[in-house]
Amino acid sequence: MFKFIARRLLETIPVLLIIITGSFFLMHAAPGGPFDSERRVTPEIQRNLEAHYGLNKPLHRQYLDYLGRLVLHGDFGPSFKYSNRTVNELIGESLPVSLRLGMYGMIIALVIGVTAGIIASLRPNTATDYVPMTLAMTGICLPTFVLGPLLVLLFAMKLKWFNPSGWYDPTDAVLPSLTLGIYYAAYLARLTRGGMLEVLSQDYIRTARAKGASEWRVVLKHALRGGLLPVVSFLGPALAGIISGSFVVESIFQIPGLGRYFVTAAFNRDYTMVMGTVIFFAVLIVAFNLLVDVVQVWLNPRLRFQ
Amino acid sequence: MIRRKEVPTLPSRKTLAAMRKAGRVRSVHLKSTAFLLHLWLLLAAALSLGGCVRPGGRVAQGNHDQILYLGNGAEPADLDPQTTIGEPESRIFNALFEGLVSMDPKDLHAVPGVAERWDISPDGCVYTFHLRHNARWSNGDPLTSHDFIESYRRMLSPALGAQYAEMFFNHVEVVNAKEFYDGKISDFSQVGFQAPDPYTLVVNLRNPAAYFLQICNHNSWYPVHLPTILKFGKFDEKSTAWTHPGNFVGNGPFRLKAWLNQQELVVERDPNYWDAANVRLHEIHYYPTENIDTEERDFRSGQLHVSYDVPLAKLDVYRKNAPQVLVISPYNGTYYYRLNVTNPILKDKRVRRALALAIDREGIVKNVMRGGQQPAYCLTPPDYEGGYVCRAGIPTDYDAARKLLAEAGYPGGRGLPPVEILINTNASHRAVAEVVQQTWRDQLHVDARIVNQEWKVYLDSQHTLNYCASRSSWIGDYVDPFTFLGLMLSDGGNNDTGFNNPEYDRLVSHSREVPDPVARREILQQAEAILLDDAPVAPIYFWTRVYLRQPSVKGWYDNIQDRHMPKFIYLEETSPPPGLQKVAADGGKTRPLLGRLP
Repeated sequence: MFKFIARRLLETIPVLLIIITGSFFLMHAAPGGPFDSERRVTPEIQRNLEAHYGLNKPLHRQYLDYLGRLVLHGDFGPSFKYSNRTVNELIGESLPVSLRLGMYGMIIALVIGVTAGIIASLRPNTATDYVPMTLAMTGICLPTFVLGPLLVLLFAMKLKWFNPSGWYDPTDAVLPSLTLGIYYAAYLARLTRGGMLEVLSQDYIRTARAKGASEWRVVLKHALRGGLLPVVSFLGPALAGIISGSFVVESIFQIPGLGRYFVTAAFNRDYTMVMGTVIFFAVLIVAFNLLVDVVQVWLNPRLRFQ
Repeated sequence: MIRRKEVPTLPSRKTLAAMRKAGRVRSVHLKSTAFLLHLWLLLAAALSLGGCVRPGGRVAQGNHDQILYLGNGAEPADLDPQTTIGEPESRIFNALFEGLVSMDPKDLHAVPGVAERWDISPDGCVYTFHLRHNARWSNGDPLTSHDFIESYRRMLSPALGAQYAEMFFNHVEVVNAKEFYDGKISDFSQVGFQAPDPYTLVVNLRNPAAYFLQICNHNSWYPVHLPTILKFGKFDEKSTAWTHPGNFVGNGPFRLKAWLNQQELVVERDPNYWDAANVRLHEIHYYPTENIDTEERDFRSGQLHVSYDVPLAKLDVYRKNAPQVLVISPYNGTYYYRLNVTNPILKDKRVRRALALAIDREGIVKNVMRGGQQPAYCLTPPDYEGGYVCRAGIPTDYDAARKLLAEAGYPGGRGLPPVEILINTNASHRAVAEVVQQTWRDQLHVDARIVNQEWKVYLDSQHTLNYCASRSSWIGDYVDPFTFLGLMLSDGGNNDTGFNNPEYDRLVSHSREVPDPVARREILQQAEAILLDDAPVAPIYFWTRVYLRQPSVKGWYDNIQDRHMPKFIYLEETSPPPGLQKVAADGGKTRPLLGRLP
């Protein structure tokens, strides 16, 4: 196991290097720069600005400088757009927010999704299957930018239970977490149902039943472990996505999370921020995929021998 | 991997019956029903997450406590007035800083700021400001003319990379400011600023710029506290920690209290401010809400006193149900199309004129924008204080357009290659472009195509003249035709049309040397007439600012710069406007949503 993890960790180094190099040069190849605006500055001011950020050096020099700072100091550099803050600070400030929101969202997704999936799988092609699965299909089809405002209209504007936006007291997390959670719950419900159906038809389940194991025991102990396998492989990338923030949910609820930077940094040509978010997300994806592999080996005894 | 037919999940009914008969199983069926019930309960519990908090509207409490809640459009990039250029920052600077002069909140005329009075030499080139002795920084330090000169030295240091440095040498020309910025002289005492004593500041200009006092109230001309800047970095170092809360020092009626990234920025009344006794607000909270629908919901639920914007889809609903909160005020900006003079199709002036004549401005304003905008027939918006109103214009005249096109060799549009309209990706720009496209097609039989590009790509295409017609807008920095006409100088960095007319350049440059306002306006009239005759631009409409404001906000006046000095604003306890609830009820019936204009 240790060897497996160590090998996987070593493999990530070239992967990250390729991502960093690719993004760096692609980003600089895109037309327009961080200081372009409808009100153009005079050429001499432009030159001074570029000199300030080292953009006047040749591109390969900038690349090596960037890589050096990153590897030696873990320094993503100053943000071009939010100039008195560094990318490290901005990510550091917004990550906990996205992490919290993502965790709540994921918990809601897991509780609703897995439960609904199990219920649906117990009696396939009956009402207890169709109702949750129809709801799940609706959840998948209902984008967050529709669901979010709908929840706000109902719970914040009509019933006045929550604030319509903001991120101040704990109740502010409820509506955005639900918005995020319901969307993922829908996927999880369908995956769980599929996984469970597959497992429930296995011989060992019939054996368990024949031995008189209670239904709770059969479903939760014997079937669920195998039935969750597709969910687990989906969860890896989904977790990376959910905790690195959602632009749409953050924008609807005005949440100071990380998700907005993925979009706005690219629009602003905020070079350091683009790189920061890309690298951060790449590391997350790699880490969670590794985690998923480990969990899958633990869940699925057949994999242990391979 | 769902294989429905092959999944015998539960024993069949037959088997069950047999098992039951044999008394071996109580009831698998019953058991699984109970199990399902448990699961449904769990699901219901998960869905009912969350408490029943009932937060009162902030606005009602704010009215009582003199706390103003403002939608501010976007997160401020920084709080250094010398290195930021955005509108959200400049609104915050109105509270945190004060220039040599301030402005009357109603008609914008210069009123004493840090300077309690000033003298202007007869030729209009030398301004002597007499600073008040009780002006202080927010940390209690006295504010002197030396602070101003040091601030300007920083502003003009090339290493700072200040984007608005041109405010010292392009819009007004401070003696030797450009030379210092370009490194031709290194001794700052040769630049046209003098401080004969700590409370006198003399500014020497090369030309009598009529709008100089307005520029003194621009954030690039605000003083900065050098000791604080030096504590956190070098003199001319950009973006250090001096602007963080706790470190920040300003000289305005308010001081920085808190700054939560992407959440809110809070300023509070500064007791050190020289006129603190007349400042009535206790705090101002600025919200960087970029999503205009979110902002509108915040406003409607009593979380904001003033919004930054209104979704176009909501305009008619507010107009109908809550007109007292909807603000529409003329704004110092023009929406126009650039017509690329160097483009093979448009290099013929007659083609440009024809296209500019065939734009349905009334229709665009009435049916697309719907925010009280005025159709524009010239580039400079009318000065609403009664100064400059352009006499020349490009009217909407389809017959004249067809005639010109025929004269240019394209009768009935025949033989004219397709004309591309470049826009940046935005629903509102597209809607305007579609009207223009349709009118050109219907009236001139010109094949027009819309090309949309992402914002920075669009800016790049525009600057490299890689377009045919391109949507544009310009917001004036101050109320004077020069801020619009200076744009089209052949060496102007924002010309971006290839327009180059020596007579135009001569007139616009000459206007800066004429101290008499009437004679000066006359010269600018001639210049604008030349510009419009040549038609490198096709004006479409003059901007308005459209936003929402609670009736409890007092001392906030509509003005063409859309500048509101917090010093004069206060809140009165009033009951919320009755129509606001109905806005929600009608919300669904409005037109599809159009985005915000950048």
